[in-house]
Parts: sequence; structure tokens; C-alpha cells
Amino acid sequence: MIKRFRYHIAIFFSVIGPGFITAVVDNDAGGILTYSQAGSKYGYQPLWTLIPITVLLIVTQEMCSRMGAVTGKGLSDLIREEFGLRTTFVMMVVLVLANLTNVMANFAGIAGSLELFHVTRYISVPLGGLLVWLLIVKGSYENVEKIFLFACIVYVAYIVSGFLVEPNWKQAAIDSVRPHLQFDAEYISMLIAMVGTSIAPWMQFYLQSAVVEKGITAKEYNESRIEVIVGCIVMSVIAFFIIVACAGGIWKNGPRDIVNAADAAEGLKPFGKYAYALFAIGLLNASLFAACIQPLSTAYTVCESLGFESGVNRRFSEAPIFYWLFTGLIVVGGGVILIPGFPLVKMILFSQVINGVLLPFILIYMTILINKHRVMKEWVNSRFYNLVAWASVALMIGLTVALVVISFRDLLNPAGS
Amino acid sequence: MAEQNLFLTELLGLDVFDLRGRRIGVVKDAAIVPLVDPSRVDRFLVGGGYAWLSVGYDQVRTIGLDGIHLKDEQLKPYHSDEYVLRLVRDLLDQQIIDAQGRKVVRITDVTFDIKRSNGHENDQLWVLEVDIGVRSIFRRMVQGVLPRRWIRRLQGPIPPNSIGWEFCNILESDPQRRLRLNISNKLLEEMHPADLAEIVENLSPDDREAIFETIDSEVAADTLSEVDRDIQTSILESLETEKAAEIVEEMAPDEAADALAELEAEHSQEILDEMDEEPKEDIQELLEFAEDTAGGMMNTEYIALGPGRTVADAAAEMRENGDKFDTANTVFLIDADGRLTGAIPVARLLTAVPSTKLAELIQDKPIHAPLTETQDRVTEMFDKYNVLTLPVVDEEGRLAGVITADDIITVLRQR
Repeated sequence: MIKRFRYHIAIFFSVIGPGFITAVVDNDAGGILTYSQAGSKYGYQPLWTLIPITVLLIVTQEMCSRMGAVTGKGLSDLIREEFGLRTTFVMMVVLVLANLTNVMANFAGIAGSLELFHVTRYISVPLGGLLVWLLIVKGSYENVEKIFLFACIVYVAYIVSGFLVEPNWKQAAIDSVRPHLQFDAEYISMLIAMVGTSIAPWMQFYLQSAVVEKGITAKEYNESRIEVIVGCIVMSVIAFFIIVACAGGIWKNGPRDIVNAADAAEGLKPFGKYAYALFAIGLLNASLFAACIQPLSTAYTVCESLGFESGVNRRFSEAPIFYWLFTGLIVVGGGVILIPGFPLVKMILFSQVINGVLLPFILIYMTILINKHRVMKEWVNSRFYNLVAWASVALMIGLTVALVVISFRDLLNPAGS
Repeated sequence: MAEQNLFLTELLGLDVFDLRGRRIGVVKDAAIVPLVDPSRVDRFLVGGGYAWLSVGYDQVRTIGLDGIHLKDEQLKPYHSDEYVLRLVRDLLDQQIIDAQGRKVVRITDVTFDIKRSNGHENDQLWVLEVDIGVRSIFRRMVQGVLPRRWIRRLQGPIPPNSIGWEFCNILESDPQRRLRLNISNKLLEEMHPADLAEIVENLSPDDREAIFETIDSEVAADTLSEVDRDIQTSILESLETEKAAEIVEEMAPDEAADALAELEAEHSQEILDEMDEEPKEDIQELLEFAEDTAGGMMNTEYIALGPGRTVADAAAEMRENGDKFDTANTVFLIDADGRLTGAIPVARLLTAVPSTKLAELIQDKPIHAPLTETQDRVTEMFDKYNVLTLPVVDEEGRLAGVITADDIITVLRQR
């Protein structure tokens, strides 16, 4: 009995990584910005959305990791095999665009967080880009995963800074479980943005590939499922503390709009240099982390589905498209941050639109794929789970379409209403 | 001028005309029957009216970019046939193994050779190669958007990337279908096990299992030894116990023991139960030792001769067991109780007179390690004493096994 238990624990630790990393990277620069905005402007009120977000995240991530474990193939491979090249190609073009804008947001995060420590972006961004590039090219999967897991731990910085601002815990606890709706266009669009940033297209591809790469099979799937669920919960806990820190630190002294995550850190200054520094370090860590994973995951996804050689263990001459793709994403994504007057806020809105356009298709394809008996055998969704899955997909699509409409409106009309 | 080649993407949607030049439909798929011929397109599946029609290769008069003209009107409706490999459904966008390039590739398009038989009026399509890479992606993306001849001209500057059909090893995880389609894994058996191992690591679990079930046990054993440990475990778990036992028997005992040690105890016992006595005992002995000790690292296949034997005896011994000792580079001497008394490099045997007593060739007391020696110390000994083979002895000094340099390289690579 004990032996059996220990065996399962051992498997749990051997499958740890993919689900955890994906969920945590979900709190990238864009995510942190959204949560900070929510907390700074509406205090504890938006906290209740985190529970439904967690459920949605678990449902989608669980399906991806199950597909990876059962088929041993990446999501883009499955889409290609079942829906053909043309669909895949169009999807990959949009994915590259969407991820390029994500990378930009994260390099902006690197620049913003280090500027709080008086490092100019003309140093921080090129250095950050180089660091990311070297980590990808020189690191092996095992080593890189260890570094990533360490980066996950750095997210504790947000928890600490949440405590340092001494928020109103009682209020936070009540608002976490009590839904609060107010019919104010800005409040609603804030809630939608929170859901929208929490489930991004790239995550589905990354998670499934990471599960495959890790060699997780259907047999270890139960442990892997727990890992995915734990990861999603951890992601929400971090989001909770970011919102709480901003609510307790900024909103309490008068609600206000912030335009970037570095702004939020600045707002925590009155609570001592630690709260401020920890918030900034958390942002730097998250941005660097995401700036590593997103270009790499994009290059893998695109090359594998279109049949180009890929993998950092190949030489440049063997896998030129793979190397050009992730190098290009890093160089362009980081480069635009250095252009004076580059419309970054617009770019981030555009990023939300394009991610939002892509996501419904991916979710629909995923749900179709996971119900194909030929692909998943006895691992297809149960009828109840299918109901939950399609409901989640429908809800996500509805919210995403709303987000796209809102972002698109803001994009066309930057002055606001 | 008539074309020499046709691409599958061009074939799809191509008009099919009957004897009187009336258009009866368009090509939807093409199929080969590997049992009859591995590369000739045996029939075309034509869609137009309510059902698909099946057009046999012998009912075709001409094939060209402008359409297919038939010479026979006795067309049968298509109903699915277990013996056909349908190119669009079963090949396009699927993975195959390129046995020559030693990698897994995904098929974007297929190139046919149009065989024209003058006088007979019976053009045939033969699969020439499968296409991957940018050129074929471009072709697929614009097919149906631009006229076929334009696409041919536009794709000109893009370098082609194709794999000869004879080097393609199709993947099929359903064993019965594999049999019906006559899909062999012969090409894989001819590859170097290390290359095959790398390919296998990139496949899905089902495809891996299918390969290990069909290829020759000896090749399977060599390949399995090279595969990453986690994948090794999952392959052994997925195979039928009998097949797993057959493969494990062919593996070197130390590799086999390491692989079995990773499985759940019940399962590895099941596999052991299926095995022959001799390899089973060797492996069971090795399983007793912790993996990171000399006992766990060692191999029980070695050449040891008793007192009083000569160089000629050693040579005879090696000849007899040649296949087992590919990597043997040292001959060991033992006394009547099996205690290690000396080690002689094979190279020295070559230069010695055959009638020389082995004992006379011994120079020093051989370097050796006890069964319980740690992995770190063992690697250190290889470095310090510059040996290629290190004998391992039990508490009483009896020779228990040997550790070879390739084991050490694996250990070092894993750090």
C-alpha cells in the first residue's frame, strides 16, 4: 500500500513541468497588466472571476494534456492530420502574428520592470533578448525546464508583496466568492479582459507539445492531470495576490487607471521598497520567462506542423526555418520596443484582437479532435465532460468575441469614450 | 507537350471524361494496392453524382493536366476496400519514415511518373516520390486558386525536396491492416540501431509499438538499448509480454537488467518468466544490484579461461562466441575457484605464439572493482588507470562481470 503510494508520488514528480509551467507563464506581462489594472481600478470586486477562470483553464488545459499523453503528438500535428494543410497553414500564420505581439508585450515588460531599477531599455532589452536566445540555443530540455521551474518559484514575489501592502483580507475573502456585477461598460470589459488573457492560443500548443516531449503516456495520465490542475490553481493564486496587492496598495488611496505594469509597481512605493521591488522583480521574471517560451513554442509548433526540421539539437544548416523563426520573433519583438514613439498600447490591443480571433477556432478543433474515437480511443470525452467542454468553449468564444469587439473599438478610437 | 510527371494535388479535382468526351466527375482520391504492386496507382476514385466511382488503371486511356480520358464505361461504384492504400486519406499530411535521410517526415504531396505506353493507349501513374518542404506547401496552398500550369511555372524557382518512394517506410499502427496492406518494416531493419532509436523517439507511442512488434527481435533489442530510458520503459510496457521477453533476451544482460529495473515489479517478473533460462538467470543476478554500483553497471558476458589454458584456447573460445563479444577487448584468467588472477588485452594475444600459456602473458595484478563500488569511483578508475574493460569481483574475489568503456561513456553523457 505504502509502496504503491510512493510509486504514484514518484510518477507525479516525474510528470511535473508541462502543466505547471504553462499555467504559470500564463501570468505573463500582459496578464500581470490586466490583473493590476483590475485591482487598481476596482479593488477587490473583480476577485470572484478567478474561480470561473480557473475552471475554464482546467477544462481546456486538461483536454490538451490528455491529447498529448494519449496520441504522443502535438496539437498542430493533430490538426494537420485531421483537418489538412490549408487549415493548418492559415492557423500557423495567425499564430505567428499573435505570438509576435505577445513577445512584444513581454519585452515591454522587461524594459518597464528594469527601468524601475534605473536601467535604460536600450541596455535591458538587447541583453534580455540575448539571454533568451542563448538559453534556447544552448540549453537542453531538462536544464531549461529546471530553470523554468525555478522561475515559477520567483512568482512567490507577488505573494510576498501582496502581504506587505497589508490589504483588507476579510474583504478580499468575501469578494472572492461573492459575484459582483455592475452594468458599467468599463467594468464588464475589464472582466472580459481578465478571462481573455487567461486562456491564450499559444498555451494549448505549448502544453500539448511539452507533455509529448516529456514522454508522458496514457498510463501516467492521472498524475499528469493532477499536475495540470495544480498548475491552474497556482496561476489563479498568483493572480489573486496581484489583484490584492494593487487593491490594497493603489485602489485604497483612490481608484485609478494604470497604463503599464511598471506603473503598478510604482504605486506600491509607499509600502516600502520591498513591496515595490518584489512586484518589479516578479514582472521582470514573468516577462523574461514568457519571452523565452513563446518564441520557442511558436517555432516548434509551426515547423512541426508544416514539416520543417526543428529542434535546438539540430544545427542551423539543418533546421534553418526553425532558427530563423524564433530568432526573428525575439529580434522583432524586442526591437520594436526600442523604436521611439512605437504605439505599444495599440499593439497590445491588437494582440488581444488577434489572439481572440484565433482562440475560438483552436478550441473548436480541440473539442472535435478529442471526441474522435480514431484519435483518442477510449480516452474521448465522456458525455458529461463533453457538455462541460462545449459549454466552456461556447462561453470562451462569447467572451472572446466581446473582447475583440471592445479592443477593436479602442483600436479605432484611441481617445476612448 | 505531354507531361512526364503529375502531382497528387494536380490529380485531385482533375476532370474525368468518358468515351464520348462527356465529363463524368472529378478525381477525389487515388489508391494503390500494395499486394499487387507497391507503386502503381491501381484505381482512381471519382466523385461527381451521388456516389464515388472506382476507375481501374486499365480503364484509362490518357492522363494529362487537362483531364483523364477513359476508354471503358463499365465503372463500378466505390465501396471501401481493406486492401487499398488511399493516397489522400492514408498518406497526405501523415508521417512516414525516410529510411535514407533517417528521419520522420510529414507528406505534403506525392509525385507520380506518367508511364505512357505507345499504341496501347493506356497511361498509368506510378508513385515516384513523396514531397515535403516549401515547394510542395506552396503547391498545396494555391491549388484550386490558380490554374495548374501557372502553379508549375511559379513553383519553378523553389528548390524541390522529395524522398524516393522506395525509401519511404509507411507507419501503420493497426497490425491487421499492416498485414493486408503488405507494409513491411524491412527498410528499418537495415538502418543503424542508433539512427532507428532516434527516429523511434520522435514517433507516437502507437507507432513505436507497431515498429517493435514487427521488426526482427535482434534489431529491436539493439534499438531498444539505444532509446532514451523513459521511452524504453513505455515501449516495454506496451508490448505483449512474449514479444517483450523475446526482445529482452537479445539485449546485453546489463542493458536488459537496467531496462527491466524501470518497470513495475510484477510486469518485469512476467517478462522474465517468459524468457529462456540462461539469459534470465544472468539478468536476475544483475537485478539484485543497485543501478549505481559496479554490480548494477556490469555486464555478465565476458571471456574467462581457467588455469593452464593457452593462447590458442582463448582464440577458439572467442571464435565460438564471436557474435556475443563484439566489444570484448580483454581476456580474463581465473583460478579453479573462479577467482580473478589476470587480464590480457586481446591485442597481446594476436602477437603471441598460439601455444604460449596465458599465465605467462600476465604482467601485473589486474585492476578490479568490488560489486558494491559506487558509480563515481568506477568512472574515476577508468580515467585513472586508462582501462577499456574493468573486471568486477565478488567478496571472495571471484569474477562476477565486466564494465566496458561504452557503459562509462553513457554514464558520463547522462550527467
